[in-house]
This record gives sequence, C-alpha cells and structure tokens, in this order.
Amino acid sequence: MLNYQFDWSTVTSGKYFDWLASGVKVTLQLSALSIVLAFILGLLIAVMRMSNNKPVRWIAHAYLEFFRNTPLLVQIFFWYFGSYKILPTAVNDWLNSTNFEFAAAVIALTIYTSAFIAEDIRSGVLSIPKEQMEAARSAGFSYLRSMQYIILPQAVRLTVPPLVNQFLNLAKNSSLAMTIGVMELTYQARQVESYTFKGFEAFTAATVVYVAISLVITALVNIYNEKVLNIHKAA
Amino acid sequence: MDQFFNISVIADNFTYFMIGRFPNGPLGGLGLTLYLASVSCVLSFFGGLILGLLSISRFRAVRYPAVAFINLVRGMPLLMVIFWMYFLLPALFGKVAESQTVIMALTLFTSAYMSRIVVAGIEGIPKGQTEAAISTGLKPWQAMLYIVLPQGLRNMIPSFVNQFVSLIKDTSLAFIVGVSELTHVGTQINNRTMAYPTEIFVFIALIYFIVCYAFTSLSRWLEQRLAWRKAI
Repeated sequence: MLNYQFDWSTVTSGKYFDWLASGVKVTLQLSALSIVLAFILGLLIAVMRMSNNKPVRWIAHAYLEFFRNTPLLVQIFFWYFGSYKILPTAVNDWLNSTNFEFAAAVIALTIYTSAFIAEDIRSGVLSIPKEQMEAARSAGFSYLRSMQYIILPQAVRLTVPPLVNQFLNLAKNSSLAMTIGVMELTYQARQVESYTFKGFEAFTAATVVYVAISLVITALVNIYNEKVLNIHKAA
Repeated sequence: MDQFFNISVIADNFTYFMIGRFPNGPLGGLGLTLYLASVSCVLSFFGGLILGLLSISRFRAVRYPAVAFINLVRGMPLLMVIFWMYFLLPALFGKVAESQTVIMALTLFTSAYMSRIVVAGIEGIPKGQTEAAISTGLKPWQAMLYIVLPQGLRNMIPSFVNQFVSLIKDTSLAFIVGVSELTHVGTQINNRTMAYPTEIFVFIALIYFIVCYAFTSLSRWLEQRLAWRKAI
C-alpha cells in the first residue's frame, strides 16, 4: 500500500474516463427506465392490494411478499437465465432481438422495486382519511375513479419522499446488473481496474459518482419536504 | 426438456444446495448464507451501536466524521463496498479469505444502516428520562448506557430483525467474489447441468423466500407484541 503510485489521470481523462462516463450513462438509463416502469407497476399492485376483491388482494399480497423477500441478484439471474421457459415464444423472440442483458436487468429491477413502491404508495393512501373515500363513493364515483381522482393525487404527494428514496436504492441496486454483463458504472470501474491495476482510482471515481447522485437527490428531497409539504400543511 | 419442471435436478443436488460439501469439505449453500448473515449481523449490531452513538455525540469533532462516514456508506452500492474490501483488505493485511472479505463488507455496510435504527430508537425515548437520570446524579454517558439504551434497544428489535432479513438477501452478493453461498451454488449447478436454469433459480428464490419470510413474520409479531406491552 505504501509504495502505491497514485495516478488520477487514468480516470480523469482518456480512454478509461470514457469507459467510466459510458458506465454512468448506462447506470442512469437503467435506473430512469426502471423507476418509471416500477412506479406504474407499483401503483397497480398498491391499488390491487387495497381492493375489496379477496383474490385480487391476495394475489397482490403474495406478489409483494415474494419479491420483497427474495434477493435481487437471484431475481436477475432468474430473468436472465431462466425466464425463457415461462415466457411466450413471441416475448422471447422480441427480448432476444433487443439488448437482452439490459432488458433482463430492467425487468428484474422493475419488479423488485415495484414491490417496495407499492408498499410506500399504500402507506401514503392509508394516511388519507377514510372519509375522503366515503365522500367520493357517495358522490357517485366508482372505487377505481375515487382512487384515480380523489385518493391517489393526494397520496402520491405524500409518497414523493419515499419514492425518491426508492429511486436511490434502485440506482444503487442497478450495480447488480454487472453480474449479467450490463456495462454500467460498477462494471466499468471493475474493467478499468483489471486493465490498469489502478483499482483505487477507479473505485474512487465510481464511489464519488454514486455518492454524488445520492447526496444531490437527498438534498432535493429535503427541499421538497420543507417547501412543498410544509406549504401543504400550512394551507 | 422432457418435462416442464424438472424436479430431479433439485433432488439430486439437495444436500449441496443446503450445506455444500460439509462435513467432508467447507460449509456452503444455505448453511454458509446463514453463517455469513449471522456473523455480519452480530458484528454490525455493535458497529451500528457505536456509529449511532457517535453520530449523536455532543462533540462536533466526533459527530461530523461519524455522520460523514454513515452518509458515504449509505450512498454506495453494497457491490461497490465489497469491491473496495476485496481490493483494500489484501493491500492492508496481506491475504484475507473471501468469506472474511464479504463479512467485513457486509458489516461495514449494514453498520451504517443499523446506526440509523439505533438513533431512531434512542430518539424514541422521551427526553424526560435522560433529564431525570441526570438529575439523580448520573453522568450523561451513564444515563445513556443504563437508562436510555436498555429501553431504546427493546424498541429497536423489530427493525434489527428486518435488517437481518436484508442481510440474508445481501449475502447473495458474496457470489461475486466466489464465496460458495446459496446463489453461488445455484450458478455452479446451473453451469454444470446447463439445461435447468428455471428450476434452479426458482428453487433458490423459494428457499430465500421461506427463510426471509419467516424472519419478516417474526419481526411483525415482535412489533405487535411490543406495541401491546407499551399499551399496558
């Protein structure tokens, strides 16, 4: 360690910088695409979880428990190696025609994250007074329409901070995609290390990017909490 | 591909999935997963306790570095922490076994999360307790150690169990440095048999699910019990 020669120029310029930069790009693409899909899926599961229909509720509950209590890595491996048997041929053909590593990572991250998002949305909805739903129903809205126009718009506002946290988790979790060969940030840092033996520099660069993403977004959540939710409370 | 779900690949390798080559060889499979999770859990309990206490210290010189460290680790993916350890530990201490690298990484990572649980648990105890303790003549550290922590720790138990569940899931990342825990065993058998990835990964997912769900339910039960005890 003591006779280690630091060479920061390895990661701040040239080919290896380009590798890391492309890794950052893939990490952000993977996280952004997955969070959007996970939000939509999570919303659906949350609504199913609160449905009055017992089988629907039970399916949503089983989905939540299963995907929350299984490691993401195993889920990634399942979608990457094992999903072809349970998916229809048309879907398999389509997946193979795309960048399958990336697609498998998106599917796994989406499903894993949606289970956590659904619970966040549900606790947001549960914090909306029950009378709101009763009033909406008595005003003639159906259950789904009451959810859509009355409950969810209010709940989603409260759910923004935990959702942003889920996005942070997702950005960090996306590093697992390297195990199936998605060339995201951690993959590239590892790659730079094996080509240059400058592991300290490469890992520092990747760590700085991850921590920067996390600090910036945490700061934004704090601002949102103070400005938006406080204004909401005062009004 | 003679049948849709081939059970025999699971049945043939069942012992290997559960305990690896133990007792004739090193522990592996689910046994190693639970071993890694348990050791890291105990270590990160103490790590989290120390970090948590440091991060609410009255002295800025203590508090700031602790908070900075916690935020640094919480901002990093666990995989990154494992690579750091994998790279740094040999440079600092010479040869380190892979499983120890993983235990160190999991401990460091989980300690940062545990510290937040500890802080929340301490903050959940009314201020009056500390004030009363100090007015009876205890020093601030004695008030923390003998009055606040024993009560706070009890409230933290459900969160600790949840963290243990996360740890069990996180041990799957030990796969990346070649520690033969459950996920690694699964990929190994998958590479050897080639034809049954669906069966193998569904089976592994189910095992993780059974173990994790048991602990999740335990944590919920404890939470209810604690709420009930507080109510009387």
